[in-house]
Amino acid sequence: MSQEELKTKITELLPSAIFEESSEFLQLILDAPDLLPLMTELRSDTQTDFDYLFNLTCVDWKDHMMMVYHLFSKTLKHTLVVKAKISDREQPEIESLSEIWKTAELQEREVFDLFGVNFLHHPDLRRLFMEEDWKGFPLRKDYTDENMIQL
Amino acid sequence: MLLGEDQITEDGEFVINIGPQHPSTHGVLHLKVWLDGETIKKVQPHLGYIHRSIEKMCESLSYRQFIFATSRMDYLSAHMNNTACALTVEKGLGIEATPRAKAIRILLSELTRLSSHQLWWGSIGLDLGAVTPFFHAFREREMINDILEETCGARLTQNFMVPGGVMTDLHPNFQKRTHEMLKNLKAKLHEYDDLLTGNVIFENRTKGVGVLSKEDAVSYGCTGPVARGSGVSCDVRKWFPYDGYEQLQFEEVLEEDGDCYARYMVRMREMKQSIHLIEQLIDNIPEGDFQTKTKNVLKLPKGEFYQRVETARGELGVYLVSDGASTPYRIHFRSPNFCNLSALNHMAKGGKIGDLVAIMATLDLVIPDVDR
Repeated sequence: MSQEELKTKITELLPSAIFEESSEFLQLILDAPDLLPLMTELRSDTQTDFDYLFNLTCVDWKDHMMMVYHLFSKTLKHTLVVKAKISDREQPEIESLSEIWKTAELQEREVFDLFGVNFLHHPDLRRLFMEEDWKGFPLRKDYTDENMIQL
Repeated sequence: MLLGEDQITEDGEFVINIGPQHPSTHGVLHLKVWLDGETIKKVQPHLGYIHRSIEKMCESLSYRQFIFATSRMDYLSAHMNNTACALTVEKGLGIEATPRAKAIRILLSELTRLSSHQLWWGSIGLDLGAVTPFFHAFREREMINDILEETCGARLTQNFMVPGGVMTDLHPNFQKRTHEMLKNLKAKLHEYDDLLTGNVIFENRTKGVGVLSKEDAVSYGCTGPVARGSGVSCDVRKWFPYDGYEQLQFEEVLEEDGDCYARYMVRMREMKQSIHLIEQLIDNIPEGDFQTKTKNVLKLPKGEFYQRVETARGELGVYLVSDGASTPYRIHFRSPNFCNLSALNHMAKGGKIGDLVAIMATLDLVIPDVDR
């Protein structure tokens, strides 16, 4: 599907979707509660068929968290970037996608460990890299601890 | 959970810890294995023993400096990691490397891929009980490392790629020594097959072991030889060519079986493709500058940039968010090993504990790239 066709298709599924074309991929911005129903649809619909989640990460924008999902379809060869905005930065919560793409399970654990985003219905949400009693989430912009050296 | 705690579960399953200091995990990876007799019920990787938070460090490094941190991720594919970062910055700046720099990048990347696969071939032999392959592999690998050392000044963490090209020109001996190395390697490559490929013990330990289906490989986000062993076409050099790979002739190696032997064969055949790629370029390196002129302080425009390259282990993605300053606002490395590791439990479940070593060997993990 071309970018225009993708846009029309997604607008049908989610009328409140906002699109951005600032980067090389088509970007879709939505609110966190809309994520899971839309992603399930994008995966199962034969017209979109996004079978490959090739990147999952999070960006801390100081007033909100932005989850970023890079999707690619191996069969139809189109790419889409889905961004889910989480307004509550202190206790961020979003649905887990590990039911749809198995790779999400480990990548979401990484985001939980480093950003403190709580993934609902995740099968095994634990610290991944840091110790289990570690305080704070290192990749947040306001993270400090006594060992950090300020340049 | 502490080591040694809950060694026998309620179902009579025995829990053992493999690693973090175990030769078959190829680094500081800690695997917790639930066993019923010799059969694996569950494998759980415990990570973080070499976590340095490279992503956080990069946020305070300039666009020239952060490239050097990435040599320490997948240290066996240092050139490809550096290329990925350099290409991301070039994409942001809207510049392109010179033709000579592009050719040098491909040459060095393919040499690195060869040396990485040779190390893997030596260690798979060692893991499965054969010591000789290790010496054969390192004999040829030394020659490649010497070539890289002569040009880049380092054997592992080369840090040779910069935004706009490469750091210096090739050493005058580069072409001559590469020709010598290729001649030697081509004469010796059949020894690799004689020693392992047709070996009955080796075949019995790898065929039908750790099967990963095509659908699962895509769902787990596997890339590189692991996915290509399951018949998934995913070579970034073919799908999203960079640095002029589209002008070179090579085939994407695919095997259909999805077991350890298929992944082994993919890497063996990939070595021949790498030799083929180097041969096409070595006598045709374009003349000219090795670097485009760039400003002293690089500043990327506001926005997001994504670049992927094919390392020896799969697709490395660099996701860079810039807010217009001279350092990245956020940088994320989508590392191939991290995603390949997530399929481990699925592949090992139901197999014997000895198979776990074979599966780990064909996953070819580099733990610093998993932990970052």
